Amino acid sequence: MDAELHQLTLTQLAAGLGRGEFSAVELTRALLGRIERHDGDLNAFVTVTGEQALEAAQRADDARAAGEAGVLNGLPIVHKDIFCTKGVATTCGSRMLEDFVSPYDATVVERLARAGAVVLGKTNMDEFAMGSSNETSYFGPVHNPWDLERSPGGSSGGSAAAVAARLAAAATGTDTGGSIRQPAALTGTVGLKPTYGRVSRYGMIAFASSLDQAGVIARSTADAALLLGVMAGFDPRDSTCIEHPVPDYAAALTAPVRGLRIGIVRQHFDQGLDAGCAAAVREALAVLESQGATLTEVDLPNLDLSVPTYYVVAPAECSSNLSRFDGVRFGHRAADPADLMDLYCRSRGEGFGAEVKRRIMTGTYVLSAGYYDAYYLKAQKVRQLIADDFRHAFEQVDVIAGPTSPTPAFRLGDKTDDPITMYLNDIYTIGANLAGLPAISVPCGFVDDLPVGLHLVGPHFGEETVLRCAHHYEQATEWHAACPEAYR
Amino acid sequence: MSLDKDQVQHIAMLARLRLADEEFAETVDKLSRIVDFVDQLSKAATQDVVPMAHPLDASQRLRPDEVTERDDRDRFQANAPLVRDGLYLVPKVIE
Amino acid sequence: MSAADWEAVIGLEIHTQLATKSKIFSGAATAYGAEPNTQACLVDLGYPGVLPVLNAEVVRMACLFGLAIDASIARRSVFARKNYFYPDLPKGYQISQYELPIVERGELWIEGDDGEDKRIGITRAHLEEDAGKSLHEGLQRFSGIDLNRAGTPLIEIVSEPDLRSAREAAAYMRKIHTLVRYLGISDGNMQEGSFRCDANVSVRRRGETALGTRAEIKNLNSFRFVEKAINYEIERQIELLEDGASVVQETRLYDAAKDETRGMRSKEEANDYRYFPDPDLLPVVIDDEFVESLRGSLPELPDAKRRRLVDDYGIRGEDAAIIASNRALADYFEAAARATGAAAQLVANWVTGDLAAALNRDGLDIEASRIGAADLAGLIERIDDATISGKIAKEVFEAMWAGEGSADAIIDARGLRQITDSGAIEAIVDAVIAANPSQVAEYRAGKDKLIGYFVGQVMKETGGKANPAQVNAILRQKLSP
Repeated sequence: MDAELHQLTLTQLAAGLGRGEFSAVELTRALLGRIERHDGDLNAFVTVTGEQALEAAQRADDARAAGEAGVLNGLPIVHKDIFCTKGVATTCGSRMLEDFVSPYDATVVERLARAGAVVLGKTNMDEFAMGSSNETSYFGPVHNPWDLERSPGGSSGGSAAAVAARLAAAATGTDTGGSIRQPAALTGTVGLKPTYGRVSRYGMIAFASSLDQAGVIARSTADAALLLGVMAGFDPRDSTCIEHPVPDYAAALTAPVRGLRIGIVRQHFDQGLDAGCAAAVREALAVLESQGATLTEVDLPNLDLSVPTYYVVAPAECSSNLSRFDGVRFGHRAADPADLMDLYCRSRGEGFGAEVKRRIMTGTYVLSAGYYDAYYLKAQKVRQLIADDFRHAFEQVDVIAGPTSPTPAFRLGDKTDDPITMYLNDIYTIGANLAGLPAISVPCGFVDDLPVGLHLVGPHFGEETVLRCAHHYEQATEWHAACPEAYR
Repeated sequence: MSLDKDQVQHIAMLARLRLADEEFAETVDKLSRIVDFVDQLSKAATQDVVPMAHPLDASQRLRPDEVTERDDRDRFQANAPLVRDGLYLVPKVIE
Repeated sequence: MSAADWEAVIGLEIHTQLATKSKIFSGAATAYGAEPNTQACLVDLGYPGVLPVLNAEVVRMACLFGLAIDASIARRSVFARKNYFYPDLPKGYQISQYELPIVERGELWIEGDDGEDKRIGITRAHLEEDAGKSLHEGLQRFSGIDLNRAGTPLIEIVSEPDLRSAREAAAYMRKIHTLVRYLGISDGNMQEGSFRCDANVSVRRRGETALGTRAEIKNLNSFRFVEKAINYEIERQIELLEDGASVVQETRLYDAAKDETRGMRSKEEANDYRYFPDPDLLPVVIDDEFVESLRGSLPELPDAKRRRLVDDYGIRGEDAAIIASNRALADYFEAAARATGAAAQLVANWVTGDLAAALNRDGLDIEASRIGAADLAGLIERIDDATISGKIAKEVFEAMWAGEGSADAIIDARGLRQITDSGAIEAIVDAVIAANPSQVAEYRAGKDKLIGYFVGQVMKETGGKANPAQVNAILRQKLSP
């Protein structure tokens, strides 16, 4: 039993726990053991909460015995270290918050805990969620379980690596420009970013407020649906959270895809897309077609402006969001500041890494006097155009499909010289953030033994459609079950 | 459009970021590249477009005027680098 | 060049704290005077991951103010971040409003320098959060930050540069002060910092239309200081310009001890606030229904009340102005005036006279008056029906203030009824006349002023209780040769 426990998906684990085949404590022990054995190579964890996990697992077993099992009772998950966890270190991958212990739980953390989930630890991430390779973390890069010399993607690299290596059954992540979906694609896992406003951002350390969304990395669409059902919903503490009923996502998975209209963006296949990735995606689309979906070409005319738009809006918002890190009330403080200016400049200079500082400065620049109209205001207009493009496309199709990432996992250190090269990693995923649309990445093949992801985008609150489409594809293929050799 | 050293110095000042000398040149270069990159936006036709306020075009919800938070100062100040008599301390500010 | 060749151009920016129970974006309390940082929750502290949620009462109060100044209420207004670094600003930005404020284009009328009614335009009034406080004394080389005040709701009221003198500026400031208290949206307490004023002052040659360079004088927290500071600043600027120098655009502080303004020591770089719409908050949408129902809830405003007090009660304009300046005082006055048949002017005299003095002496607001309106009316009734004289009434008033009971109870207990029985008065007058033969002779010889001496003697004999008019009449009659 033990040797297989880590291979079970969340859904399978729930069933096993329900049938009393194993206990939550056993399961937790098994995974904690794996973390200890394997995380040295992966560096997916910043903090392992072993004791708390075993306590939570015991409580879960007790609750189940008393007939009070929540929907996620005993299920082992990890949280990206961007979610505030009460009494536990929350570092955001940064020296700035190296010693920060949050006095409160994020809404997402609260909801999952209330449903009975067991948290094994906090995962490594690009510093303040800024990056696509998990190389900007103060705690060192995360390694891809499929090839330790490669990046797992970012910024939710730790969460993706932990799930892919079967160190946890599922993980929370956040997605601002692709930070859930891209690492999911690069690690052969399922990554779901919900509609903007679907999940509360309260307690999720802000990077770009109008783009950030909390989501899920898991090993199947059923798992993603299960977690989303618990995470989603109105939270009065978040003004941007929308009051919209939460459907039964799991039930929606099996509705048929016959007649589903899938849009293909012609421009997607023009860009610098790796040939192997292109082939894998085309095959995936063929599978969906064979299941009764129809493929149509759609046009997103302003698509090539989505990355520049993002790289104005996101830095602008983050430059302001990160101003609160000043060494006064929490976080890193420079030693013996000479005066106030020194306190600020050195605390922030020392606390933040290079990429974060660059984005803060980019943001400061595009908001500054004389540049606001040409950059920030302009970007928010182009953003509206992009959102309108999607809206028009969704008048003709139900889902838009394409590749998640232009290449499979790249070598650590490969893309760190030129920021623009790194930014272009997000080229397929960014549109969904700009328009606030739900999107998912599911495994669809391999290129040189490295995973490739299929990307599906739906209209606002179209999670059910996107999940359904992904689920049917998943059922017809084996990619999602593949496991990197060292972690079987 | 490239940025020059003075501009970068000014931006770093506005953002209260101290850049090490070694970092500085690299930062000027990378920031210039980023600004060049985002300059592409100028080619978009946005005459009558209303800038996006919220992806779902929602409006602000209001909460009732009630006191819901109680004093938790000690717990919150456990994270503070320097506190005395309940006050957060910073180097003296002269007005 | 003389002062008359110059014209001052002044605009005021007034920040007033809104009297809500909780903060504008969080559920922490706003009460004044708490121990440092005991009313600063995670949202107020700008902790990582927290988010702002807007207080409904703040919106209502801002709109009410807008209606009271005949302004436009924006059907869609937006919160913006004003970015700058300062220790009392925990997030490193202040949530304020920039391009789309909640209230715009209003007006207020004051008495201009020429004695005529003058319209002062109000460009806008917008919502924002207050910052915390810095303490610089007693901490050696540190400053201490208290964030209790961070997040308290403020409304910033910006006037057009329509004011032309320090006097007009003070008048405008007083009007706003009265109005916000009238509407119940602020307690206007300047000592506690809930009402603060900044003045933008510039001068130009009379006849010129272009504006001169202005200086901003910050944080003037009394009507008197506003007037003095502006007067000083006007003179300072005129002197500079007459000497051929130029006015520097800067922020200045008023030093009350020296009665002068001076430039702030820390010469900040011109601040680039990098305003942009706050992405954590959504546009505030207000519908017509809300505005109309609010309009229905507007109380009678100070000017209208002042006019009505004159029209309905026939009291003097000056008294009406004083009484109308405080809504609770006006309510008190009306309740008292309606509870007695005596002339309203008599009530007005008491309210603006002895009552005001007693409240002042004990540092009380009218709401805490030790004598209620009905009871004051009772006292005035006894003057009106000649039960007691005006002089005795003052004694009764003090006794009532001290809590000894109603007017009637005190009059009875102390036996203060006026003596109106002419027989009794005559007897006493006779006695006084008999006891003071030389003065009688002098009076009869033509020293008319001595009547006062005789009145005094009669009053002394009667313990002040004889009806003065009757005493006067009877004395004159008996003293006449």
